[in-house]
This record gives sequence, structure tokens and C-alpha cells, in this order.
Amino acid sequence: MINNQDLAQENISIDIKLLLEAIYLKYGHDFRNYSQAHLKRRILHRLMLSNINSISEMQYKVLHEPEFMQEILTDFSINVTEMFRDPAFYLTMRKDVLPVLRTYPYIKIWHAGCSTGEEVYSMAILLEEEGLLDKTLIYATDNNETVLKVAKKAEYSTENLKNYQKNYEKGGGKGKLSDYYEEKGSVIKFDPRFRKRIVFSEHNLVTDNVFTEVHLIICRNVLIYFNRNLQNRVIKLFHDSLMKEGVLGIGSKESVDYSRYGDAFEYINKNQKIYIKKSGNDE
Amino acid sequence: MTNYELVAIGASAGGMNALKEILSNLDRDFAFPIVAVQHVAPDSENYLVEYLDEYSNLSVREASEKQSILPYHVYFAPPNYHLLVEEDKTFSLTVSEKVNYSRPSIDVSFESAALAYKERVIGILLTGASQDGAKGMQMLHGFKSMTIVQEPKTASVPVMPKAAIELVTVDYKLPLEKIAPFLNTLSRTHAGRKEQKG
Ligand SMILES: C[S@@+](CC[C@H](N)C(=O)[O-])C[C@H]1O[C@@H](n2cnc3c(N)ncnc32)[C@H](O)[C@@H]1O
Repeated sequence: MINNQDLAQENISIDIKLLLEAIYLKYGHDFRNYSQAHLKRRILHRLMLSNINSISEMQYKVLHEPEFMQEILTDFSINVTEMFRDPAFYLTMRKDVLPVLRTYPYIKIWHAGCSTGEEVYSMAILLEEEGLLDKTLIYATDNNETVLKVAKKAEYSTENLKNYQKNYEKGGGKGKLSDYYEEKGSVIKFDPRFRKRIVFSEHNLVTDNVFTEVHLIICRNVLIYFNRNLQNRVIKLFHDSLMKEGVLGIGSKESVDYSRYGDAFEYINKNQKIYIKKSGNDE
Repeated sequence: MTNYELVAIGASAGGMNALKEILSNLDRDFAFPIVAVQHVAPDSENYLVEYLDEYSNLSVREASEKQSILPYHVYFAPPNYHLLVEEDKTFSLTVSEKVNYSRPSIDVSFESAALAYKERVIGILLTGASQDGAKGMQMLHGFKSMTIVQEPKTASVPVMPKAAIELVTVDYKLPLEKIAPFLNTLSRTHAGRKEQKG
């Protein structure tokens, strides 16, 4: 437990740099180019909760107790997500993107940073309603194995269902959300036909590379946690993973403008941050 | 005397009028960038920012991630995101859990401002029905930044400034209409000192 006065005396930024370096050297998890303000907040949160007195003490604990490293990984990972989040995004997908994808004999989609999967099942429902699910394969990846386990089960609490139903309707839903799941007590489980079209796997955007070529990449609210260097890397990775005239959808407050690869994309829809990879300038 | 570098303002219920009062009375060459958090619904449009921009001499905008924090600007936290201040004077956003039932939360922005700018922040907490902001003020105070709350009697909803006063010995309790003039004085002093030096 540490108080604000003590905190003000600490060399917080230096200590955090050392902690991240230690984590990287010992475990290979590379948080060195994540948003410092985000990590600071999570680290201090852990400090306030535990009986650790300083960030340097935390570093010692991380190096000597792998279980503690797991806790830190959970702390660093923000997995907040929902179904049909920002419904207008799905509306635009339906109107402006799926008609293009429809022209291909098969469709490959990559959801990067898919967290517990709500976004992926939302997309699968959209594809089903547009009659495209059967010719689509969705790769859904995250670097956090705990959230992937949840995603694979396709089971969610009924707690947020009202909000999801509302989002679904605003996103242009053609039926009822309840057409697609079975309710058992306080959980819903999505129909297995969706799960069959989705491959969940671990992939780290910071350290892993291109694993396949796809028509559409969706990566929302992940880039906000990265600094510009890392955003650059990831946008290049997306560029390299997209087929000719492939589509990229990012979070509504994110942008490729700051990236060196920004010029390689142009808008399909500016408000929804949906881009198309320009053709012709492949390096 | 401290070299202030950032003003952080938090408001909830009744905040629109309070913010208008302050932002419309700040000098055109007001020296400090302003970070503002007003509680809004997750799906609200940009109305607040556009409205306040009309009344202010400063340029009022929604903050974008990775954007540089510059003088003559007021940056508002976007709906449904927490706004974080980075040490390199840029912004980050996060969608982490709500804090005090709010996203954006005032505590989150104030705490990040304290951690990034240390004693160089002027934190201001205005009207509201929430407990949000009190912990943020406590952290700012701990880092020796300046803390100002709107005198609760002059707040349309006094709960929020009161909560802060209960938790922290704030530096100033000011009636709403005194806040802008007070900030202008700080800004002019700052500008004067800069001129002497350089
Ligand atoms: C806030 S969630 C976003 C979930 C979903 N895309 C949405 O917008 O609702 C961010 C996700 O990014 C993942 N993430 C963070 N760093 C990553 C990395 N280096 N590689 C892959 N995924 C990462 C986190 O584990 C988390 O699940």
C-alpha cells in the first residue's frame, strides 16, 4: 500500500521502464511501447491493492514469481468489449463493405484483439443475415489466452443482453438477437454454426508476424494502447496481411493518419474508420 | 512559484453552464492548455464541444489519441472513453471499466495528469451529482498541484465539489464567476515571468 505523498517522491517513469524491461527480458512479453499513462494507471492500481511498497519491489516479485507475472498480465490487459459496439460501424459494414466481399468466391476475415469474442459473434451474425457466413472463415486472435478461452465457449452472461439487443437493432439487425442463441439461466450460448466458421488463436500484434492474407481486418480499440512506433508496426502488419483492395476497420477514435503507412489506405467511411487498401503501390 | 503547464477541469450535472461561464471568460492568449471531462452519455454526439467552442476564445475540441497537448486549446474527453494524459504531452484513450459509474471519468484524467505533470497542474472540480473527481483532486494535491473547487453554494448540484472538499484540503473554493478571472491572473503572471526570463 502506497499513498499519494510517497508516490510523488518516486521515480515512477524510470521504475516503470525498468519493470517493463525486466518483464521483457524474463518472459518475452513486450509492453515497452504501450501507452505509458495506461500502464502507469494499471501498475499503481496493483500497488494500491497489494502489500507491495514500491515499483522496484514489484519488479523483484515479477522476476521471482511467475504467478505474479500472470496477475500483471491480467492488469495490463483491458478486455472491455460488447456486442455490436458502435452500431453504425456494423451498419456501414452491411451497406458498404459486405457487398464488395460478396463478389469473392470465399471470404477471409481477421479480428485482431478480439478479446472475449462478442465482436466476432456480432460479425458472424451479420454475415449470416447477409447470406455470407457459409463461405467465410474468421480468424479471431488476441494475445491474452484467458479471454480466448471465454471466446471459444461462445457463452455470455445475460446481464448486458438488453443493451446488445438495442445495439443489434441499431446496427441494422434483420431479426431478433435471440434468434441466434439459446438461453440457459443467466447465460446465453451462441448457435454452434457460428463457432464452426471461427478459428480462435493466440497472436501477439507486437511480436508476431503475418500469418495469412485476408479480405477484411477488424481491429478496434487495440491501437489506442500502443505508442506511435508500435502503431506503425501494427498498421504495416495489417497492410501486409490484406489482399489487394482489402478492407481495414479500426476503432472510431483511432486513425492510421499518424502512421507511415497511412498513405497506403483511403477511407470507405471516415466516421466509422473503415479504410480500403489502395492498389498499385505495393512495395 | 510553480510553473503551471496544464489546467484540468471536471464537471458533471449542471456542467454545461458552468463550463460555458468559465470558457467564455478566459483570455484569448490564455497560457495553459485545458483538459476537460464532462460526464456524458456513451452515445452522445459532439454537441457539447461545438456549443462551447462558439462561446470561447480558445479552440474547443474533442481530444484525439496521440494528439499533442497545446496552449489555446480545450480538449474534451470523448464519450465512452477515458482520457489519459501522457508525460510526453500527448493524449491516450482507454475503454477500461467505468469509474464512479462514468466513462469518461474525471478521476482517471486527473490522476493521469498528476502522474504526468506532477505539481504543474491546476485542477478544477465543478458542479455534479457524482463522487467522481474527489480522488483525482486528492492525487493532484498529493503531487502538490493546485486544487480549486467550485464553491458548493454556487454549484447547481453541490454533491461533487462537496465530496472533494471532504476528502482533500483544497487550495481554493471559488464562486463560479471568480474562477475564470483567477485563471486569467495565473496565466498573465506566467506569461510575464516567461518574458522576464527570455
Ligand atoms: C479493449 S479490447 C478491444 C476488444 C474489441 N476489439 C472491441 O473493440 O470491443 C483490447 C484487446 O486487445 C488485446 N491486445 C492488447 N495487446 C495486444 C497485442 N499485443 N496483441 C494482440 N492483442 C492485444 C487485449 O488482450 C484486449 O483483448
